[in-house]
Amino acid sequence: MKAFTTLNGLVCPLDRANVDTDAIIPKQFLKSIKRSGFGPYLFDEWRYTDQGEPGMDCTNRPLKKDFVLNQSRYRGAEILLARDNFGCGSSREHAPWAIEDYGFRAIIAPSFADIFFSNCYKNGVLPIVASAAIVDQLFRECAATQGYRLRVDLETQTVRNPAGEWFSFDITPHRKHCMLKGLDEIGLTLQHAGEIKAFEAKHQEAQPWLFA
Amino acid sequence: MAGKTLYDKLWDSHVVREENDGTCLIYIDRHLMHEVTSPQAFEGMRLAGRRPWRSTSIVANPDHNTPTDHWDEGIKDPISRLQVETLDANIKDFGALVYFPFKHANQGIIHVIGPENGTTLPGMTVVCGDSHTSTHGAFGALAHGIGTSEVEHVLATQTLVAKRSSRMLIKVDGKVGAGVTAKDIALAIIGKIGTAGGTGYAIEFGGEAIRALSIEGRMTLCNMAIEGGARAGLVAPDEKTIEYLKGRQFAPKGADWDKAIAYWRTLTSDADAQFDTVIELDAAAIEPQVTWGTSPEQVLSIGARVPNPANEPDPQKRAGIERALQYMGLVADTPISKIKLDKVFIGSCTNSRIEDLRAAAAVAKGKQKAASVQQVLIVPGSGQVKRQAEAEGLDKVFIAAGFEWREPGCSMCLAMNADRLEPGERCASTSNRNFEGRQGNGGRTHLVSPEMAAAAAIAGHFVDIRNF
Repeated sequence: MKAFTTLNGLVCPLDRANVDTDAIIPKQFLKSIKRSGFGPYLFDEWRYTDQGEPGMDCTNRPLKKDFVLNQSRYRGAEILLARDNFGCGSSREHAPWAIEDYGFRAIIAPSFADIFFSNCYKNGVLPIVASAAIVDQLFRECAATQGYRLRVDLETQTVRNPAGEWFSFDITPHRKHCMLKGLDEIGLTLQHAGEIKAFEAKHQEAQPWLFA
Repeated sequence: MAGKTLYDKLWDSHVVREENDGTCLIYIDRHLMHEVTSPQAFEGMRLAGRRPWRSTSIVANPDHNTPTDHWDEGIKDPISRLQVETLDANIKDFGALVYFPFKHANQGIIHVIGPENGTTLPGMTVVCGDSHTSTHGAFGALAHGIGTSEVEHVLATQTLVAKRSSRMLIKVDGKVGAGVTAKDIALAIIGKIGTAGGTGYAIEFGGEAIRALSIEGRMTLCNMAIEGGARAGLVAPDEKTIEYLKGRQFAPKGADWDKAIAYWRTLTSDADAQFDTVIELDAAAIEPQVTWGTSPEQVLSIGARVPNPANEPDPQKRAGIERALQYMGLVADTPISKIKLDKVFIGSCTNSRIEDLRAAAAVAKGKQKAASVQQVLIVPGSGQVKRQAEAEGLDKVFIAAGFEWREPGCSMCLAMNADRLEPGERCASTSNRNFEGRQGNGGRTHLVSPEMAAAAAIAGHFVDIRNF
């Protein structure tokens, strides 16, 4: 996983609530057995007028011009600005894979769905929860300013706008540590293998039927 | 000291270690797997040279990509076929307690086969790379969906890194009226709390109407907990749970059985347990439900009319209603009962068990699908469900009504196989999500119970099952 320290990124606004993981990456792309290459199909049904299929070359597909990702001012965006309950629906990690592969490294929204939220951290994508009032302000500023960028600093847990105003966000120390260092969580957990084994032995003694 | 909730009892009995910030390492008893969310996890294991911690915790089977007809022709889509064959190869290499390959007599939807074989038990932690893992909470197991990185983490360490959820109690007291099912209770709850209402929570369902539900009804309800935003739904085990599990292949036997049921009976929230949020519903007020929009919270009773955005003061919500109406091809204020269907789908991990099929067959018996309805798919949840239905003659009832009797699988719930809606087609579906494109690019989904779906297939439009 890529480490995440600071990011000074162009912001792309996606102004709708309850964006679900079927919209983020439609099911036909879930047939892949790889974890890369999903970026061209991110928001496929909102982005293209034709029907996307796995393996399709997207360079010449017809675009829905109104969709934000297709507007030239947002090309190269690294921060996705979103609304409530972003990432609801299925547990498919293909959603953060597609977001990351497209080039987004952070998502700012008033709320996220639980499974999507934890999946983001495993892939170096930082989900940032901000109040509805702050998100409203960011949407307004983003609409008003071409090339609107935000500066995210994970160490200080802050996001700063071009005017120098800032807000702070929460993250658990464990997640922060893993994101800052780009750590493999499995390796960290296996440092506690002895404790897992001890727990397992006790658990098996109490409920042997779980180990049938 | 206040008593413990069922959720806390399950959580506390699985904590391996806890960090200062509350991050825990939770032991996982049962790992369910299917072909879509596992290949990258196995690949990660291979690249790191890791072996599974406890392969006997794994119950696996392909379900999303498998066709529901012409099994003799195999899987025609080469990309789907490769994904299914990859699961075959990975299980062969890494091992499992139970594996039902494509076309095995017991193959089915992973959330149907787990319980029917007794591999889901009260008091367990159950995970799967699938959000509808919440289904297994119906047994008083702590069950929830995980991403593929977490699938790999569980494979390698038998644990998950997680923080305790908040606790919500949804209490449904009173008795539901005739024709009102677990699906209607689930949709009514989501209509009340919204699709983000349960975010951050584990929901325990309680009250007279929940206790009255069969185990299969409880699975339908817990299955939909995720559509209310909660990773996990729970119903405390009771005598019905014990009766359901008795004698199933992987349920405990002999002295273990006696010890197990004594333990399972302790798995209830204590009388003085504290919940962070309590929501109450009156069962008698719940009517048959139909979703009209593109989110499960966009749901109404059968007697209602499609909402008019002009009546919504909040501009963001108004825009949401307008967008949903446009996608769904609906005009504001249309009575729900005037909505005509092109297709009907009865199946999915929400509603494909034997009781669901019996309920649909009881409605369809001696009747014919409307000529305007192009296709009615009946997709049993597993090989066992299919055989049971055929033993009861339900397949003949469906076929006589002009419905199609298919092989088990996820099918048109998410349309990864050939069963799908074409752009603009409208479907009454017993599945769990009415998102844009869910059942096929441009398809329009209305979520309902099996009874309501069967009645709609016959009438050609939605009807109130209570007057059908």
